[in-house]
Amino acid sequence: MTVAVADVPAVPPDLLTVAHLSMRFGGLLAVDDLSFVARAGQITALIGPNGAGKTTVFNCITGFYRPTAGHIALERGDRSFDLDQLSGHRIARDAGVARTFQNIRLFPRMTVLENLLVAQHAKLMRASAFSLAGLLGLKGFREAEARAMSLAEDWLTRLGLVHVADRECGTLAYGIQRKIEIARAMCTEPCLLCLDEPAAGLNPRETAELSRLITSIRGEFGIGVLLIEHDMGLVMGISDRIVVLDHGACIAEGKPAEIRNNPAVIRAYLGEEDPRAGPGSTDAPGAGDGA
Amino acid sequence: MALARAAPTVSSGVLRAAFGEALVAAGIAFMLALPLAGLRLPINPMDSVIFRPWWVVVAVATVFLGRLGLALWRARVAPSRRNGVPLLDRALAYILPWRRGIFVAFVLLVAILPLMPFADRRVIDLGAVVLIYVMLGWGLNIVVGLAGLLDLGYVAFYAVGAYSYTLLIIHLDLNFWAALPLAGAFAALFGVLLGFPVLRLRGDYLAIVTLGFGEMIRIILINWSSLTGGSEGITSIPTPTLFGLTFTAVPAPGETAFHQFFGIPFAGVHRIIFLYYLILALALLTHVFSMRIRRLPVGRAWEALREDEIAARALGLNPVMVKLSAFGLGAMFAGFAGAFFATRQGFINPSSFTFIESAIILAIVVLGGMGSQMGVILAALLLVLLPEVARDFAEFRMLLFGGAMVAVMVWRPRGLLAHREPTATLGDLSRGREPAP
Ligand SMILES: Nc1ncnc2c1ncn2[C@@H]1O[C@H](COP(=O)(O)OP(=O)(O)OP(=O)(O)O)[C@@H](O)[C@H]1O
Ligand SMILES: [Mg+2]
Repeated sequence: MTVAVADVPAVPPDLLTVAHLSMRFGGLLAVDDLSFVARAGQITALIGPNGAGKTTVFNCITGFYRPTAGHIALERGDRSFDLDQLSGHRIARDAGVARTFQNIRLFPRMTVLENLLVAQHAKLMRASAFSLAGLLGLKGFREAEARAMSLAEDWLTRLGLVHVADRECGTLAYGIQRKIEIARAMCTEPCLLCLDEPAAGLNPRETAELSRLITSIRGEFGIGVLLIEHDMGLVMGISDRIVVLDHGACIAEGKPAEIRNNPAVIRAYLGEEDPRAGPGSTDAPGAGDGA
Repeated sequence: MALARAAPTVSSGVLRAAFGEALVAAGIAFMLALPLAGLRLPINPMDSVIFRPWWVVVAVATVFLGRLGLALWRARVAPSRRNGVPLLDRALAYILPWRRGIFVAFVLLVAILPLMPFADRRVIDLGAVVLIYVMLGWGLNIVVGLAGLLDLGYVAFYAVGAYSYTLLIIHLDLNFWAALPLAGAFAALFGVLLGFPVLRLRGDYLAIVTLGFGEMIRIILINWSSLTGGSEGITSIPTPTLFGLTFTAVPAPGETAFHQFFGIPFAGVHRIIFLYYLILALALLTHVFSMRIRRLPVGRAWEALREDEIAARALGLNPVMVKLSAFGLGAMFAGFAGAFFATRQGFINPSSFTFIESAIILAIVVLGGMGSQMGVILAALLLVLLPEVARDFAEFRMLLFGGAMVAVMVWRPRGLLAHREPTATLGDLSRGREPAP
C-alpha cells in the first residue's frame, strides 16, 4: 500500500475551493450553484459563451462582489482564507490572489515601472515604516526599494519590455499593455493568478508568446492559474483542467481531451438546434486542435 | 488661390453651426445679464430700480461675438494645429530639461525679493500673500492633484489651523514654534475625521459633501462664540519671535527686540520681512515634503488610486487608508498655513474662511495643472497678482478671473503645466537596451 502511494501521480493540494457559489443581480442569476477547485501548479480554465458568468466568478473570488450564496476558500501555506468574507484589498494583499481585467486596467498616466512598483505596495509600505523611514531615507527602506525595482526589472526583462520601463502605460500598444498587466499581477507575488481573457485582442504571434508566458509562470512559481479565455487553441493547449460554464452553471468539468468532445459543451457553444455540428468556429472547444 | 490656401475657407455648414452656438450662448447671456447687470438697486431705497439696457447689450454682444469667434477658431485653426504641437507645449518641452535649475533660480529670486530696492512694505506683503496661496495650492495638490479627490472645502482645514493655533496661543500661552505643529496636527485630525464618512463617495459627490463640510466649519466658528468669539473673531494674536527676539518697538520687560539685538533702528518693515521669510520657509517645507512623499509607496498609491481605484484595490491597496492619508496630510499643510495666516494678520474671524477661498485654491491647482508643483506657482502668481493689477477696474475683477479660467480650460484643459515626472525610473538601463529583434 505504501509503495502504491508513491506511484500515484502527485495531485497538488487544492488551492482554491469554490463551493455552491451563486451570484444574483436582481432577477438574473449570473452564477448558479457553481463548485470547482483550482490547484497549485495547475492551470484551471474557466470557459463558456459570452455572458455565461465567468467574469462574475472572478469578481466574487477577488472580493469585488459579495456572493449571494456559497463559499470560496483559499489555502495559502498553512493559512486558510474565506474569500467570501474578506474585503477586496485584503484578498490581494493577505490571501495572495492577483488578477487582470478583461478591459485592461493599468494606471495609464503612470509609467510601466511605477505600475509594477504599486503592485509591491504592501511590502514597501512596511519597509518604509508607513512612510516615516521613507521620508528620512533610511537604509532599510532604500534596500527594500532597490529589491522592488529589481523584481520589476526582472519581469520586464523576462517579457522583453525593459525598453518601455519609463514610458507612460497609456501610450503603449495593446498587446504590450496586456503583458504588463500580467507582470503587474505577478509583482504582488501571488499564490493564485486570475487572468480574464488575456489573449483578447492579441495577434497569433502574441498569443503564442502569452501561452509560453503562462506555462512558464505555472512551472517556475508553482502557483495556481485561473484562466478565462475564448481562444480555444490557447485553452486546450495549456490547461490542466477546464470548467465549462453556461448560464452561470457548470455544465462540464475535466481535462481538455474530455471537454473537447463533450456533447453538452458543443451544444452550449453552437446552440441547441444543431448538437452534432462540427467544431468549426474558433470559439468552439474543438478548434485549435494542434497542441 | 494663394489667399485661399493661406486661410482655408469655412464651409457654410460650419458657419451656420457656429452662428447657432453663438445665438444659444447669447440667449443664456441675456437671461443672466438682465437681472445681474441690467438692474441695479438704487442707493436710496425710496427710488425705483435703475434699468441699464446698455449693460445688457454689451454683455450679450460680448458673449455672442466671443462664442462665434471661438467656434470659428475651433473649426479653422484647431484642425490644422492638431497635427503640430502647440506653441506653448513646444516652448515647455524646450525648457523641461532645465526645470530644476529654473526652480532653484526662482526660489533664490523669491528669497532676495525683500532686499531689492523696489521692495517696499506693500510688495513684500503681496509676496507673502502669493506664498500663502502657493503653500495652500501645494497642500491641496496632494489631495486633488495626486490622490484625485475633488475637495471643495479645503478652507475648512485652513480655518481649523488658524483657530486652533490662536486658541493654543491664547489659552495655553504656547509660543509660535510650539503651536504651529499642533495646529497642523489638529487640522490633519480634522481631515481624517471629516474624511472618514465621505471617502466612499466619488468625484462630484465628494465635491458637494466637502463643500458642505467647509461651510459647516465656518458656521460653527460663527456660532460657538464662547470659544471663537463669534463673527468678531479673535484679535491681538502676537507675532512670533525669532529665537526669542520680538518685533516690537518697545519690548516688554525681560524681552529683547530684534532691532536692539542687532543695534539697528526700529522699523516696522522688519516684522513684515520676517513673516515673509517664515511663509517662504513653510512653503518650501510643503514643497520638499510633497516631492519626497510622491516618491514613496504612499505617494504612488495616491496616484494609482486616482488613475484606477478598482485596479488599485486588486493590487492590495486599501482605498480608505490611502485616501485618508492624502486627506490628512493635505489638511495638515492647510493647518500650518492657517497658523501663519493668524499670526500674520494678528486677528482672525470666520469671514476669512468662506467658500471663495476654497474655490481660489482649487482654481490654482486646476489652472496650474493637476499635480504640477510649478504650475501651482504660476497659477498662484496669476490669480493673486491679476486682481491686484486690475485693482483700478475692481468691478471687472471677477469677470477677468472668469475669463482667464475659461481661456485656460479651452486652450489647456489639463492646466498650464501638465507635465508629470515619473516617481522612479530605470533610467540608463532602459535607454541603453534596445528591444530584442
Ligand atoms: N454588476 C452587474 N449588475 C448586473 N448584471 C451583471 C453585473 N455583472 C454582470 N452582470 C450580468 O451577469 C451575466 C454574466 O456576466 P459576465 O460578465 O460574468 O459574463 P462573462 O462570462 O464574463 O462574459 P464575456 O465572455 O462576454 O466576458 C451577464 O448577463 C451580465 O449582464
Ligand atoms: Mg467576462
